[in-house]
Amino acid sequence: MKFDIIGKRYWWFALSLIVLIPGLISMALQGFNLGIDFTGGTILDLKFASSVTVAQVREVLVDHRLENSVIQLVSTDQAETSNNLFIRTHVLSNDESQILFTDMEKRLGAFEVLRSEKVGAVMGSELTQQALLNLAVVCALLIAYISYRFEYKIAVSAILAILHDVMIVLGIFSLFHIEMDSSFVAAILTVIGYSMNEAIVVFDRIRENLKTHRKTESFQDLVNRSIGQTFTRTLYTLLTVLFACGSLHFFGGESTKNFSLAMLIGFLSGAYSAIFNASPIWVTWKEYDERKRAVLKTGGSK
Amino acid sequence: MRVGNVAKFLSVVAVIIIGFSYFISPLTTSIKQGLDLQGGTHVVLEAVDTPEAKVDEDAVRRVVKIIEKRVNEIGLTEPIIQRQGDRRIIVELPGIKEPEKAIEMLGKTALLEFQDESGTTVMTGKDLKDAKAEMGQNKNSVVALEFSDQGGKLFADLTTKNVGKHISILLDKQVLTSPVVNEPIPNGKAVITGSRSIEEAQNLAILLRSGSLPVKVDVMEMRTVGPTLGQDSKEKSEKAFSIGIALIVIFMLGFYRLSGFVATIALLVYVLLLVGSLKMLQATMTLPGIAGIILSMGVAVDANVLIFERFKEEYRSGKTLRAALDAGFSRAFNTILDSNVSIMITASVLFVLGTGPIKGFAITLGLGVILSMFTAITVSRYLLRMLMQANVTKNGKYFGA
Repeated sequence: MKFDIIGKRYWWFALSLIVLIPGLISMALQGFNLGIDFTGGTILDLKFASSVTVAQVREVLVDHRLENSVIQLVSTDQAETSNNLFIRTHVLSNDESQILFTDMEKRLGAFEVLRSEKVGAVMGSELTQQALLNLAVVCALLIAYISYRFEYKIAVSAILAILHDVMIVLGIFSLFHIEMDSSFVAAILTVIGYSMNEAIVVFDRIRENLKTHRKTESFQDLVNRSIGQTFTRTLYTLLTVLFACGSLHFFGGESTKNFSLAMLIGFLSGAYSAIFNASPIWVTWKEYDERKRAVLKTGGSK
Repeated sequence: MRVGNVAKFLSVVAVIIIGFSYFISPLTTSIKQGLDLQGGTHVVLEAVDTPEAKVDEDAVRRVVKIIEKRVNEIGLTEPIIQRQGDRRIIVELPGIKEPEKAIEMLGKTALLEFQDESGTTVMTGKDLKDAKAEMGQNKNSVVALEFSDQGGKLFADLTTKNVGKHISILLDKQVLTSPVVNEPIPNGKAVITGSRSIEEAQNLAILLRSGSLPVKVDVMEMRTVGPTLGQDSKEKSEKAFSIGIALIVIFMLGFYRLSGFVATIALLVYVLLLVGSLKMLQATMTLPGIAGIILSMGVAVDANVLIFERFKEEYRSGKTLRAALDAGFSRAFNTILDSNVSIMITASVLFVLGTGPIKGFAITLGLGVILSMFTAITVSRYLLRMLMQANVTKNGKYFGA
């Protein structure tokens, strides 16, 4: 296969921006749909013996001064009634939820609590801090490792590609208002690991090819050739992780759905950025340096 | 074709397949299941300062002891009570019916009472200043009590009236100990003898101190998963696991033929090793953990793909199958190492800084990376060598080239 990714790199950068910008705007304007893991609150997943409507449930909740709760029916089609529903509200004390449960049973019939989660606001803000800390530590360690094994320019290029992937996942989650919970942090970090992995494979090949570099081949061609040589591998590996992650998303349980979705988006973006962003950024940087050096030289000879 | 070598290859493959199908089911079922799979309640409690007392190490240790005691009273199987950080306590209660009630019970302040033989409460925990385990005369372990000024007076009065009789000390209405009063004790200091070991004395001392538990305990987080949902999650992740592995196998066989078959066998060894190590580490299987296993299968194949791609290149450049194989392995190794270290770094950060289920995800992912490297460069290589020695074909096509 013949590739000219470097030659057309500005088109690829533009494509990345086209995908990134709506997400960035959405993040700035409407922010994120943060789950109770981040904000604190109560989530109830209830299964009633007979089906109920949102209006019926809201009526009960309003009587308990829980009018600002989010009520969501869980059903496969667009039905108005369902046996299964989610309620999301502020933190309820033990007494409050006991009273609510009793009243609900009286007015809507018997139900089973499939899941109930309560997270205090303090825990939520701690998770946000911890997530940012994790992100910073991972990035710092990866930069250090890549700088050690390769060079810092490669490390920075790879990190830029990774930030691109993180931004894409965050952007899509913001744009479609998909809920984020604590497992989202794990998903993002896994995406970072994967994306770094992909970038390294390409850079590894470039490093190897540089050893037998012939003067007749331009730097751009060498990078293009390296990308071409690793392309099949990138594609196949992307496919196998997508098989794994996709089956988790489509056949796994409800609670790992958003987790695997974040990874699905991140892996696609990671494979893309490893080929179309990471090494092109590096080439652009190198060429910029060389031009600067050339200018300095001619400047000095005058 | 060398029949003997073919037989050797096939018998190794057979051993792996039989070993996998024989061990995998007992292994996976014997791993401890997390609350999100079996149903149960996970609570995070935090000791908070009150105007009367600040939270310190001793206070938290006392809170843990008293929660342990209360959980045991509910009679739950396999509860987990664990410290987290300076002032937090994690309590995991599997399969509990009414979590709200149980948690209310865990959080309430313990009540320590001193009763005379008629069952009248004379003193409470607030009258007790301190209780310590000590080595008494004749090398007997004793519990030394120290009362407050008010408590000292009450205790003097109690002991004077009850010489030769039992006084019962109760915690949450349950008798901790019933020592006999030998003589009136006027100075606010007493000793309880009869502990068999220093540990027993220490235990009793902690429980006595917990009776005057001054700090409040708040529920920071509570998560309950009903057994129906747990069962459902379990079945769904089993399905996701099977479909994931099936797709990967079909893909590998389709694109890499015989090499793909070898990669599949290596994948079986990988899954078996991973589950076995998790069992040995006494890890708890949670939903994120299962997600980690499924995901790591995708990553595990990566090492094989890297090697096979290199092998194809070398073969196309005119090398023989075996020379190409060796060159492929040695050239791919550097890349595999570099790329896996980056995932390892992420997994270790998640492990060190993450909590609860995220830690479980990190363990499976990190372990997966190490084991997948191992199986790719040993099992795959060994099997491929055997296959080539068997001389089934000299055509690289059958190896995906």
